[in-house]
Amino acid sequence: MPHKILSRRAFLRTSAGLAGATALGTLPMAARAAGKLTVGFIYVGAKDDYGYNQSHAEGAAAVKKIPGVTVVEEEKVPETVDVTKTMESMINFDGATLLFPTSFGYFDPFILGLAPKYKDVRFEHCGGLWTPKDPKNVGSYFGYIDMAVYLNGVCAGHATKSKKIGFVAAKPIPQVLENINCFLLGARSVDPTITCQVIFTGEWSMPVKEAEATNALCDAGCDVITAHVDGPKVVMQTAAGRGAFICGYHADQSALAPEKYLTGAEWNWPKVYTGFVEEVLAGKEIPNFVRGGFKEGFVKMSPLGSANSDAARKQFEDVKAKIMTGDFVVFKGPLKDNKGNTVIPAGVSQPETDVALEKMNYLVEGVVGTTS
Amino acid sequence: MSTDIGAWAVPVAILGGAIRVSTPFLFVSLGEVLTERSGRINLGLEGTLVFGAMSGYAVAYLSGSAWLGVLAAALAGTLFGLLHGLICSLPKVNDIAVGISLMLLGTGLAFFFGTAFVQPVAPHLPSIPLGWWSDIPQLQAALRVNVLFLIGIVLALLLAWMLKTTRVGLILRVVGDSTDAARAMGLRPNLIRIAATATGGAFAGVGGAYLSLFYPGSWSEGISSGQGLMAVALVIFARWDPIKAFWAALLFGGAGALGPALQSVGIAKGYYLYYAAPYVLTLGVLIATSSPNRATTGAPGELSITK
Repeated sequence: MPHKILSRRAFLRTSAGLAGATALGTLPMAARAAGKLTVGFIYVGAKDDYGYNQSHAEGAAAVKKIPGVTVVEEEKVPETVDVTKTMESMINFDGATLLFPTSFGYFDPFILGLAPKYKDVRFEHCGGLWTPKDPKNVGSYFGYIDMAVYLNGVCAGHATKSKKIGFVAAKPIPQVLENINCFLLGARSVDPTITCQVIFTGEWSMPVKEAEATNALCDAGCDVITAHVDGPKVVMQTAAGRGAFICGYHADQSALAPEKYLTGAEWNWPKVYTGFVEEVLAGKEIPNFVRGGFKEGFVKMSPLGSANSDAARKQFEDVKAKIMTGDFVVFKGPLKDNKGNTVIPAGVSQPETDVALEKMNYLVEGVVGTTS
Repeated sequence: MSTDIGAWAVPVAILGGAIRVSTPFLFVSLGEVLTERSGRINLGLEGTLVFGAMSGYAVAYLSGSAWLGVLAAALAGTLFGLLHGLICSLPKVNDIAVGISLMLLGTGLAFFFGTAFVQPVAPHLPSIPLGWWSDIPQLQAALRVNVLFLIGIVLALLLAWMLKTTRVGLILRVVGDSTDAARAMGLRPNLIRIAATATGGAFAGVGGAYLSLFYPGSWSEGISSGQGLMAVALVIFARWDPIKAFWAALLFGGAGALGPALQSVGIAKGYYLYYAAPYVLTLGVLIATSSPNRATTGAPGELSITK
């Protein structure tokens, strides 16, 4: 259910409209005259959700500490024309020249539609797929967090006794499917008989359903559980309460159940965002298409929990070292999906940088569940 | 930690889901039964539920006691109920409109004060392991029953007894059925309605505390996802009867567990459809029990929707 609260920005928008057109012209000039950089961050949910949005807000907090930089933020902006209004007000009223709209659905058509109108503003979008035919003042960036989820899978593979692991997923979009597949493939690198049960809740944030899904996975015998929802706290607590091991996502959730927490796949946005802003301050251009994994510092792992065996620790470190060199490939042929079709033929390998992975629409063999 | 129970996992999950998910529905429904029996509709219970969840979680976290959290949620709910009751006592005020604005106020305030409590972990309410006799871990988990659920059952019985046989119940029913008759008896309808709405609000607040302090057991903005509204609708479904409200809450909880349970045994095609199960079920029952000949049975005569 959408809730509308009058935000500071909405208030500004209205009051500035009343103030008349003269204010429109003078405000951005005043803000830009100082020669400082104003950066805007836009989140789809609450910025302290202990998950996806919080990970970005922590990045924004790091940017705030850079001298000469002003940060403006707005949370709970729907993936509708609302985001266009937010972006325009950040540009016109706050004088923002660098924007980070962080939700997947903001990209097309909202950012792509607005960018040609403000050619001296830089739009940096998280998760989108920039192609050379898109506006030049738009860029997209994302991290290879699937590799971190693969490492989650390695720890899960060592920890499971029932040989069944579980995944609470929100929606069957490529990034989620990639994470589910990586979780299982990581576990299967330990024991190829392991299967992964997936339950889709259909929503990014639906705590009751997430708890029910977690209970259903535990009932089905899964003894290691992870999630890809906006705030994984409920899944972590419920699973640990049922005695299952847990692997975190988005942020470090080890404090919720230290004795059950194996490890977790985390974003490292403070490093990414300060890097971008420093580049802009130095007068350089951010490349239009940026991707990064462990090596570039885009993603990181939670510290290994006490429940990991020595064998798990060793394999974890070995694989991580291989990923750091950049030539570790998870998706390579022959690979079948869970309906028996070959999705990657023998001899073909898709390294983490392959954009084909960003269009994934299948679950690999061994995953119990369907994408529809 | 588990035994493979195959397809039995589905009925066990539905049983567990019915017990786990039904409690907030039950409390909000009982509160609304009380309020509507006095002749008012409080649509704001969704907001009360969410604010109860937030305040309960916050107080439990700060004080270290989950029961203090439940008490705080009940108090917050009473205040919201009182506010609704007082405003609706003014002449020519529409209780539905007031309810909707209080719903938005409740959720808005809860979000505003709640941001600091998303990450901390508050103590949980205790549960009673009623599945000790079974050696199947799934059944044991399903039968881990929270104290509030049991209190809810007792409350439902108590309310039904009160409405049927006590003087207080009679007064409530008279006020709900005919303001004129109540006045002729020397009763003060507004006062009684305010009291009923405030008590109903307290029930809804406790329902919210169950959400944040037991299941799913965490405060976040999506915690209720409309359960307060559904519970208000359940009251009509249950024909303003506390015992039927209990069964309706159980049915809703169980039907909600169907989607995840079917996916866990590998029946996953069309899971969006299973998630609609509770609503389809409601429609089905309403159609099955409807009658073209008589008006909604059991509806209090003074309700603004039946007048």
